[in-house]
Amino acid sequence: MSFMPVILWSDALVFLLLAAGISCAWYVRRHEHLLLPWQRVAQNPTAMVSLLVLSLFLLVGLLDTLHYRILLPENDNGQKVYSPEVLSVFDKLLAPLRTHTEKTYSAPLAMILYAKENISEANGLVSREYPRLRYGGAHLSGPQQRDGDVLKRGLSGALAGLLAGLLIALAGRRPLAGRGWPVRPLLIATLIISAVIGMTAGLACAYHVLGTDKVGQDVLYLSLKSIRTGLIIGTVTTLVTLPLALLLGIAAGYLRGWVDDVIQYIYTVLSSIPSVLLIAAAVLMMQVTIDTHPQWFDTSASRADLRLVFLCLILGVTSWTGLCRLLRGETLKLREMEYIQAAQAFGVPSLRILTRHILPNVMHIVLISLVMDFSGLVLAEAVLSYVGVGVDPSMISFGTMINAARLEMGRDPVVWWALASAFGFMLALVLAANLFADAVRDAFDPRLNHSATAA
Amino acid sequence: MLAYLLRRILYAIPILIGVNLLTFALFFVVNTPDDMARMQLGIKRVTPDAIAKWEHQHGYDKPLLLNFSASGTGKISDTIFWQKSASMFVLDFGYSDDGRDIGREISTRMGPSLAIALPTFLVGLAVYVSFALLMTLFRGTALDIAGVGLCVLLMSVSALFYIIGGQFVVSKLWHLVPISGYESNLGAVKFVVLPVFIGVIGSIGSSSRWYRTIFLEEIGKDYVRTARAKGLSEMGVLFRHVLKNAMIPILTGVVVVIPLLFMGSLLTEAFFGIPGLGSYTIDAINAQDFSVVRAMVFLGSLLYIAGLILTDISYTIVDPRVRLQ
Repeated sequence: MSFMPVILWSDALVFLLLAAGISCAWYVRRHEHLLLPWQRVAQNPTAMVSLLVLSLFLLVGLLDTLHYRILLPENDNGQKVYSPEVLSVFDKLLAPLRTHTEKTYSAPLAMILYAKENISEANGLVSREYPRLRYGGAHLSGPQQRDGDVLKRGLSGALAGLLAGLLIALAGRRPLAGRGWPVRPLLIATLIISAVIGMTAGLACAYHVLGTDKVGQDVLYLSLKSIRTGLIIGTVTTLVTLPLALLLGIAAGYLRGWVDDVIQYIYTVLSSIPSVLLIAAAVLMMQVTIDTHPQWFDTSASRADLRLVFLCLILGVTSWTGLCRLLRGETLKLREMEYIQAAQAFGVPSLRILTRHILPNVMHIVLISLVMDFSGLVLAEAVLSYVGVGVDPSMISFGTMINAARLEMGRDPVVWWALASAFGFMLALVLAANLFADAVRDAFDPRLNHSATAA
Repeated sequence: MLAYLLRRILYAIPILIGVNLLTFALFFVVNTPDDMARMQLGIKRVTPDAIAKWEHQHGYDKPLLLNFSASGTGKISDTIFWQKSASMFVLDFGYSDDGRDIGREISTRMGPSLAIALPTFLVGLAVYVSFALLMTLFRGTALDIAGVGLCVLLMSVSALFYIIGGQFVVSKLWHLVPISGYESNLGAVKFVVLPVFIGVIGSIGSSSRWYRTIFLEEIGKDYVRTARAKGLSEMGVLFRHVLKNAMIPILTGVVVVIPLLFMGSLLTEAFFGIPGLGSYTIDAINAQDFSVVRAMVFLGSLLYIAGLILTDISYTIVDPRVRLQ
């Protein structure tokens, strides 16, 4: 084989989450009463458009999760040696973006570098000029052609995208129409998104659409790669939060007595430490462990990845307390309900009461809290990485992009594109997540009256 | 009341012990002082001698919990746990890894932190509550929907964006205030304005939306309908009844952060060069100064618990039905 699949820790966890998500969806599909609130979500145009945007982000993240290492040309002793660089399917798809690196900064769609350089000409004269880029607009003969070329490529890309979007919309229209889904907003969103993607793709073939950063990497590529990190922070963390909060919250509420006291003590202690400080302390100590055990890691990617997984773990440990408190309260309330007391009177074992009667009735709290936490975690990643206690500096994320670009606003002329793209992509992701989370909350919160929509 | 307070303070002690043990485990058991010494010295200069010297200088060359070589009380007191962790209960934070007195640093740096955090808190509270009241007044109209939309948009923007964008526009383009720095006394005003402004804008989205939810919950109650039936104007209902009754949920979220204002904000202080506790913590994190981080963790939880007690006291002030006993 010319490549070796690599499953990093975070990849494995993502696959685990994906499997859990799919099996949950399958279970919900078969149960009418569970499906009902989701149908309410599906009728909400904002939620569905957000979901469309989110699923695009998810697609990028998933493609970026399939990692592999390519086989290097055989060395003298004929051993198989794999490249130390871990690539993903997404890298492969965007290979031109990844490999076309310039010398340093260049503005979006530029064909010249950001700074002047000494250029020695054939006749021995040295002049200071903006050198041409190696890849950006390299097919043009002169700067006067650029505007026309950008317009042409952008328009044709957008048209192609629009056409593809139209095809997708036509194909998807019929199965969606009968179910009360908001077809028209979805149609418009699909067209806009596919036009934007088409335009970007058309331009990205010949230019750096969002410019290049300090070491000449394409900013569009960096932004797209950051999506995976953000998604992992937002989702894998729930793998820690969920079991802790569910198990301890329900146990405390149902068993009461000393179990309740102990669990309450644990979460009061944890929540009394300001979370940034606890995260900082834990990440610092984790870094010491990683630095003193370099033999654990065969590639730098696996080291960065382990730090990411640890970060999720730490974020999970610091953020389960809120959900646990909610679940404890709800369980305390539920266990006094008549149907639980009836079950107890019939001699149903505690474990069965917990799984059959209590757990299904607190799931809406769990779901709401998970979707609401997602956007907060994505934002937290950027701040933590900026502070220096986030992901590994070698890992591409919104936080490391912003961290690398923070001094660029002081340059003259201002280098704004790296920061703007990081913030822009983050805004799109978080806004979509927030809007979707709101719709989920509205659909699942029993305190809100749904008689109007149900009727 | 006094008995209640005493009991609450006694309750706080086991929690602080828990925090203390947790940080102790995190800093000394997960990684041994050896590991920390290696980290601090750097890869090149690590020799057994250098490690031993570093540990001795910083007082880490002792047993963790029990010292069997010492006699009498020294068995307990001549250990890392006693000297580095337990001493924090009497607010003795010891020395940072570069040899400064942490307690002194904290007391001098609280002032600048408070100079930023307190105005941010007060102005913020006023702005958020007014904005939320406005949305509640126009609930269900286009204005309310636009307001909520704006809130969701604002809370989806990274805090870093507000700071970097604010510094760029206000300080660099408009030259209204210096980009960063700090002066004591009145000179501080020009350095404080921008961080406060950005701090308020930064959480306007989530906070206003939260207050709006509280107000809306209150406005659906029966006593509000009675008040309206009595002929009270909508403004009267809002200010005389809804705002007053919403105080309890508002106080729950607000009072608890008051003591934490002393700690300052990590991001704001780092960006604006404010010599407060937030930037102190950031510097300690970047320099991997474990003693300072440990001290700040303990101080943070101490202040948080103080905030919880204050919250309970504040309930008795706004709600005469609440009696603490």
